[in-house]
Amino acid sequence: MERMITVFLASILTHNIALTYILGMCPMIAISKNLKTAKGMGVSVVAVITITGTINWPIYRFLKNNDAETLSLLVFIITIAATVQLLEMLLDKFIPSLYNAFGIFLPLITVNCAVLAVSLFSVNRALGFLETVFFSFGSGLGWALAITLIAAIREKIALNGKVPSGLEGAGIVMVIAGIISLAFIGFGGLVNF
Amino acid sequence: MKLIRVRYTKWYQLLSKGIFKDNPIYAMALGICSALAVTNRVENAIGMGIGVTFVLIASSGTTSLIRKFIPGRVRMVTYMVLISTYVIAFQLILQAFFFELSLQLGAYTGLIITNCIVMGRSEAFAVKNPVHFSVLDAIANGLGYSFTLIVLSIVREILAFGTLLGFRVVGEGWVNWTVMAMAPGAFFVMALYMWIMRTIAKLDQEGA
Repeated sequence: MERMITVFLASILTHNIALTYILGMCPMIAISKNLKTAKGMGVSVVAVITITGTINWPIYRFLKNNDAETLSLLVFIITIAATVQLLEMLLDKFIPSLYNAFGIFLPLITVNCAVLAVSLFSVNRALGFLETVFFSFGSGLGWALAITLIAAIREKIALNGKVPSGLEGAGIVMVIAGIISLAFIGFGGLVNF
Repeated sequence: MKLIRVRYTKWYQLLSKGIFKDNPIYAMALGICSALAVTNRVENAIGMGIGVTFVLIASSGTTSLIRKFIPGRVRMVTYMVLISTYVIAFQLILQAFFFELSLQLGAYTGLIITNCIVMGRSEAFAVKNPVHFSVLDAIANGLGYSFTLIVLSIVREILAFGTLLGFRVVGEGWVNWTVMAMAPGAFFVMALYMWIMRTIAKLDQEGA
């Protein structure tokens, strides 16, 4: 159990998927203009990463036993696309209120590299099943934390700050992300796995 | 006279658009993750640039070749399958001939699949245009991407390690600026690069 907590905390703080491995930057730039949508995107990513990370683990075992690891990339991406599509349909059918809140973010998640990266990292580091579940959940939360922080800061800047015209949009997000990730380096050595 | 006429051909337009005007990174803000993550050394940047250019050319060419047979509803999945096939091919080539580099790039070669540039070019250009223009467009975008990666990695490698492609380029008293090799350095160098390039692009527009 101790190991699970370590993996979980490390994937949120010291090995944050957005701020340490720099993944999932495209939606980070596009959807961090206001806090509410950023939160919606964050929650959807947490759900999708946890589900796909968990599903891809047994799939990789199966491929490995059949000597077809080469195909894992192709299979992972299809799993992710299928999961997203299925989730969208299920939400639409059974929980329409949730679908209205998060539905628009779901199609975008397929091309969020953080989702595929979590599956690949879990394979590369040879994590066990339970570890993978905690790692996926933690990474999702870490990504959501990063986008929420950036969106909050951007809202404040939009209210009372002036940004040089060349830095508007993507540029200023890079500066904010840089400062936050400097702060996150401070967590270094806290937990490791 | 001839030079002026060249400027108005579709070939020139496509190339200049991909490399400068609509450069995937600083103008469109696409494919940023890999541009940030692998640019701590020039060697990695060149490897990644070649990889993305190869996948772009191959997948844009194929998409454009079969564009009349792709049903509109499942086109995204079709792109994904095509792209991941070429990415797997690139990964295998890298592991066979440049094993060291493949270890350095790690999971990031696999992540070319979710590089928005590749998907974006398929959706925005290749699916509507004939093969030769699609391939040219892919080459232009690949070059624009590689150019950015190499510029960023030159700055970061000199500041972080004091080397260039592994050769030492700074004097004795140099102290390595390690943060430049980590995530914050990537973010700051990218922000500066975007600022400079966007300002230049704007000035250019006003001048013309």
